[in-house]
Amino acid sequence: MGELPELLAIDAAMAVVVAWFAVGLAGLAALHNFSLVARVLFPLSAALSLALAGTALSALPGAPQTAVLAIGLPDLPFHLRLDALSAFFLALLGLASAGISVFAGGYFRRGEGTPPGLLCLHYHLFLVGMAMVMLADDAYAFMVTWELMALASFFLVTTNHRIAEIRRAGFLYLLVAHVGAIAILLCFGVLQANTGDYTFANMRAQNLSPFWSSCAFLLALFGFGAKAGILPLHVWLPEAHPAAPSPVSALMSGVMLKTAIYGMVRVNFDLLGSPLWWWGVAALSVGLATALFGVVFAAAQVDMKRLLAYSSIENVGLIVVGLGLAMVFAAYRMNSLAALAMVASLYHCLNHALFKSLLFLGTGSVLHATQERNLGKLGGLMRYMPFVAWTSLVGVVASAGLPPSNGFVSEWLLLQGFLFTGGLPNPYLRMLVPIFAAGVVLVAALAGYVMVKFFGVIFLGRPREDKLAQAHDAGWLERLGLAWLTAGCVLLGLFPVAVIEVIDPITYAFLGRGLAQSGRAGDWLLLAPVSAERASYSPILFLLVTAAIVAAAFVLVRRFYHGRLRRAAPWDCGHPMQTARMQDTAEGFGQPIRQIFEPFYRMHRELPTPFDAAPRYRVTVEDPLWAWVYLRIAAATEAVSRWVGMLQRGRISIYLLYSFLTLVALLFLTQA
Amino acid sequence: MSAFTSQVINLFASVLLLIAFAMLAQRRIVTLINLFAIQGMALVGSTLTVAWATGQHHLYWSAGITFVLKVVALPWILHRLIRRLNVKWDIETLINIPTMMLVGIVLVVFAFNLALPISEFSQSIARGTLGIALACVLMSFLMMITRSKAVPQVIGFLAMENGLFFAATSATYGMPMVVELGIALDVLVGMVILGVFMFQIREQFDSLDIHHLEKLKED
Repeated sequence: MGELPELLAIDAAMAVVVAWFAVGLAGLAALHNFSLVARVLFPLSAALSLALAGTALSALPGAPQTAVLAIGLPDLPFHLRLDALSAFFLALLGLASAGISVFAGGYFRRGEGTPPGLLCLHYHLFLVGMAMVMLADDAYAFMVTWELMALASFFLVTTNHRIAEIRRAGFLYLLVAHVGAIAILLCFGVLQANTGDYTFANMRAQNLSPFWSSCAFLLALFGFGAKAGILPLHVWLPEAHPAAPSPVSALMSGVMLKTAIYGMVRVNFDLLGSPLWWWGVAALSVGLATALFGVVFAAAQVDMKRLLAYSSIENVGLIVVGLGLAMVFAAYRMNSLAALAMVASLYHCLNHALFKSLLFLGTGSVLHATQERNLGKLGGLMRYMPFVAWTSLVGVVASAGLPPSNGFVSEWLLLQGFLFTGGLPNPYLRMLVPIFAAGVVLVAALAGYVMVKFFGVIFLGRPREDKLAQAHDAGWLERLGLAWLTAGCVLLGLFPVAVIEVIDPITYAFLGRGLAQSGRAGDWLLLAPVSAERASYSPILFLLVTAAIVAAAFVLVRRFYHGRLRRAAPWDCGHPMQTARMQDTAEGFGQPIRQIFEPFYRMHRELPTPFDAAPRYRVTVEDPLWAWVYLRIAAATEAVSRWVGMLQRGRISIYLLYSFLTLVALLFLTQA
Repeated sequence: MSAFTSQVINLFASVLLLIAFAMLAQRRIVTLINLFAIQGMALVGSTLTVAWATGQHHLYWSAGITFVLKVVALPWILHRLIRRLNVKWDIETLINIPTMMLVGIVLVVFAFNLALPISEFSQSIARGTLGIALACVLMSFLMMITRSKAVPQVIGFLAMENGLFFAATSATYGMPMVVELGIALDVLVGMVILGVFMFQIREQFDSLDIHHLEKLKED
């Protein structure tokens, strides 16, 4: 008997992928068996997610592992590779999808559009697609699984396909996804540099001229940007996320957007080699514009899932800003600082995956309990849904970037990175980059504003509708999912040094530097990315001190002030009557932002006159890019089509002439 | 290989080209069909010569099929068709005939230039005739474009096939038997379908003038 071959992490990851596929097929076999799908298959899939996360985390510090799968076309097998970057994103996928799958088991209801078994198949194909994208090591495998991911998520978005609006959202999503996929394909075409070998190993070995590598960079930015929701390709996000069921929105926003980030990192830092400085500036500009646009629009939304969708756009923008900063530093060989920016970016990926999934799942529970997505009809749910409210509060704090949450850590690291741009050799960049830093700070502040609006209007105050009093808290499977993601957010916030140690192998692989030694400063409690004298942060200390102060204040007030807790009507400002409808609304809360950033929006407002018997107020906020970019493209397409339509003359002689001329021209070309 | 055989093949080739010009210039449908039959005959002659000179037996079969199909069957079907459709009168062309002849000459020059490098690679005895074959194809195509009635267009289509067949025999001693049989069957079936189609056109528009098909254009 020979020794048992050592089980490689890549094999274990593939085993999880195959098992996911099997779970999906099992769902297809039990097409209408709701309880099997919901109570057995989805929790099983969550366990598989955990296995994947564990495998990936164990493989992260190790050497890259490769495998060749014998599926695909003849002579064109799938090449797979599990390196630090893939492992990190697989861990992200596993951690987020574990919570989401458990939640999904409790979330999906009977009789909503697609049968449960089919939904289960689409869901797991989506997971398989995302995992395989991260494992792919040649353009062929990458594109096939990328498309698998896009198609599976399209069917998930259109789960309630009987509603025309949802079909439209799904179509828009599919369209943008395919435009992006074409750009990615072209990018790989440039990267293989006419060698005809589409493996990533070959692309790494190529030395492209600056012109062609810039082409590849721009194509990658466009293609992956379409998936990530970079301006102006973001239009599908606010349509598709509200249309999809909440666990699907969570998966798309939390994880799928990250596959695009993965692609950007893979192409820009791994396949392309050393970046040029203006790529970094391009990524910074696009990222900042996206972030600002996302947060400003999030402030104006009245649909809770649209609000979160715009907030996702904002977060993706911040992540791209981090990558851009890393490229700027890397272009000037300042690799430690590049590593800092990259760690910030990847850390934010992980954070966003957890807190945005958490918030989307929270909206799912609210939606089920109240059948309402409109913020104007919610309110006061903290009393009726305390579990969802408290877990959402954690997500909201993280999303707002407040210490000691995980969102704070990554944004702080990013700003730390900006503080060192004074050392850049290019004087224009030295002047330009602080403006980006100011923009990032503005975005972070506005994100806090948006999150106050989100949480305050939904959970605080009094119910704006009577039916809200019947709202029930989430079921146990849903609670389990929410609790998992909440715990993730808290732990990521409290132990940043450990997280950075996990991320370090990636920056070592691409930039040759890490943060661990300097970040640690000899102390697992204290995070100091560059040096302890310059800046450091200890979340646990912060939490303890905050908790101590809050507790002291509470005790002091109770002891020395009046010592009683009483429930009474608040002071009514002299108004004789108060109803729940007199609270601050989502529109009202967003109004200052709408005023300040008015040029950003296309607003239509209907104001009542003082003499209206039945006064109505209505405001719609539209995306100006839709009219500026997309409608113009549509008009241009129609004009070109009309031109091409002129070829159709209806006369056989003319058609024959076309063939004749083509034939003669081709013959002429072959001769020449 | 005697110089005599290649001279005979060249003779047949020039007959083919001459008939192509004649078809381009011909206004009467009945004469057009007869010219087509003669072109088929020339093709049979050249194929037989090549077969005899090189001892390629399958070329005898090709010649036989060509004779049955293109000299006997198709002209007979076409004659029946025009009698049934009652379209024996003259046909006007879209471009006047002298201009078409000039264009035809240009095409021949083009085809010869084109065939020159290819025929140098060929081992066939008839390699010099490749240019003629190509010219026949292009001129038949030209005929299809410039006729406004359905029947001449069909004849143009069939003549184009003749040119292709000639190109095949002259360049590579003919295509494999299976391919030739397939093409022969295709031509026959295409003829039948086009015949049915022409009856349908007349039913619909009371005329065989394909100008009426312009009404089908989507606005």
